[in-house]
Amino acid sequence: MGDIMKSAAAPTYNTLDTSPLSLRMLVWRRFRRHRMAMAGIIVLILLVLYAIAGALFFSEAYANHTETSLRLAPPSSEHLFGTDTIGRDILARTIYGGQISLLIGLAAVVVQVIVGVIVGAIAGYYGGWIDSLLMRFTEAMFNVPQLFLLLVMAKFFAGKIPTIEFLGRTFSGSVIVIIIIIGLTSWMYLARIVRADFLSLKEREFIQAAHTIGARNRAVIFRHILPNTVAPIIVSATLGVANAILSEAYISFLGLGVQPPTATWGNMLNGAYNYIETAPWLWIFPGLLIVLTVLSINFLGDGLRDALDPTTIT
Amino acid sequence: MSQYIIRRLLQAIPLLIIISLLLFVLMRSTGDPLATMGGRRMTRPEDRARLSRLLGLDKPIYVQYLYWLIGNDWAKVDMDGDGVPETPGKQIGVLRGDFGKSLVIRGKQAWEIIWERLPNTLLLMIPAEIIVILFSLIVGIYSALRQYSFTDHFITTLSFIGYSMPIFFVALVSMYIFAVKFKQWGLPYLPTVGMFDPQVGKTPYQVALHMILPLFSMTMITVAGYSRYVRSTMLEVISQDYIRTARAKGLQERSVVILHALKNAALPLVTIVGLDIPLLLGGAIVTESIFAWPGMGRLFLDHVSRADTPVVMGILMLISLAVVFSQIITDIVYAWLDPRIRYT
Repeated sequence: MGDIMKSAAAPTYNTLDTSPLSLRMLVWRRFRRHRMAMAGIIVLILLVLYAIAGALFFSEAYANHTETSLRLAPPSSEHLFGTDTIGRDILARTIYGGQISLLIGLAAVVVQVIVGVIVGAIAGYYGGWIDSLLMRFTEAMFNVPQLFLLLVMAKFFAGKIPTIEFLGRTFSGSVIVIIIIIGLTSWMYLARIVRADFLSLKEREFIQAAHTIGARNRAVIFRHILPNTVAPIIVSATLGVANAILSEAYISFLGLGVQPPTATWGNMLNGAYNYIETAPWLWIFPGLLIVLTVLSINFLGDGLRDALDPTTIT
Repeated sequence: MSQYIIRRLLQAIPLLIIISLLLFVLMRSTGDPLATMGGRRMTRPEDRARLSRLLGLDKPIYVQYLYWLIGNDWAKVDMDGDGVPETPGKQIGVLRGDFGKSLVIRGKQAWEIIWERLPNTLLLMIPAEIIVILFSLIVGIYSALRQYSFTDHFITTLSFIGYSMPIFFVALVSMYIFAVKFKQWGLPYLPTVGMFDPQVGKTPYQVALHMILPLFSMTMITVAGYSRYVRSTMLEVISQDYIRTARAKGLQERSVVILHALKNAALPLVTIVGLDIPLLLGGAIVTESIFAWPGMGRLFLDHVSRADTPVVMGILMLISLAVVFSQIITDIVYAWLDPRIRYT
């Protein structure tokens, strides 16, 4: 992987339009052939459009508007997806909930990648006691099931972060909490991958060359080694978005996640099992949206893996 | 080999101590256990102070951790609040098997509370694990032997969808179909919540009936994931020379697959099953809370929200212990199954 990247990137750097097949184009070619991944991308774009364009038709105030006379109304022409236990419109709530769920998925992965890459890079690059200390810590985090950790941490951070005004909208502090805790409980896998890559890459000739010309550790880590580990990071981050959305759904479903009135696909399902029989529209729509999102991200990740690393067979 | 096992066991000790320290600090800073204690509200500040002294909550967190870990029978604690420690402590610590008293259910040992629920969780976990292994092998092998056929594509797509489902959605949909809709259609339908019908009593048949839907929800997603895995390892193995040799000798396809290919194809599954136990345990929280199954997952959820450190820590340590040991056992079983692997 590293060799391909080096040889393909070097000539295109100065001489434009000479290399007809850059690495990026190669990847894109392979990716395009993966039909399910392309379908995944299209569905994802539609879902993002749904969450963004939908906001043009309904205001957030409407999504949080309660109308107690219309409790648990089944889907009708006025409320396409029906209404929930306190008479809020489910269609509007899936739109605004989608924004929050997707935001949590992406932001949590940013936290995850930052922590995972830093821990993995430092452990792999420096080795020795730093490596064993960091890896023991990683292992300790790995050994507690994520959902248990998430619930304990959700309790730990609950109420400690105030509500934030951003882009003219109010974000409940619980959204930030969820982003942080999902990020902080999911970096371990990535850290291990990055560490393993660093362990092998730091012995290679081009790194020795970097050392001999006097590059500092920081430059070697971030400029010379890290770009060569990008492929597995991208794949793992993509799949991480799906897992983060699922994690949010799990904790919100259990009632310890994002607090109402802010809607997420997960907390719309909270308590829905009391209405299995009487109001299935309560859980079918948000549930389907979660499944659809996770499914298309998984397909996308699968396609990316095949495209970025042609040696693996799935 | 025995040297390897001893070393792994020794390595597990610091690991478990790091885990317990991490979780203890997190847990003890998650709100005030006195606020929700026994449902009573403590209004007088003196009462609060006395109670927190009694429970040792007034100590710095590292002292609390130390007392939790090794007990405080060697130290004296201040009980009457005059600043002079005079009463010998009564805790003997986790290392000597004392998880402390529950803060929520007064006068009950945390260990007792967990012990009551543990069999119910195991009753779900063990059959779930067996079903997962059995079905993912069957589905994966079937799919691999018919690579690129219609059934293979069908199974692959289905497992991809299944793999992307959250447990609660599988649970909700299966409840809706097998309980609600079957009832409407006049078919024999399955019960949804609890362990048994209180009108009938806790008979084995009732419990088994109530286990079907939780087991289905817990296993479906994992079977979907594992069968994809089995399929790909099976495909790898089946194209190897020794399989061709076996076929060339005129062996029946059945014995080629079961006796020769399966042994190697199932090997990586051992690792995955061993490493995924945390995932299955996490799933138990969701499953138990949806199906109102009185197991450890629900116990955890109830007590974590009321900051009951002794019970929550007990559950978490039990789970960590299970995870750490399952990993060691996985490695040992792996070496035993595959003679090419040698640990030194």
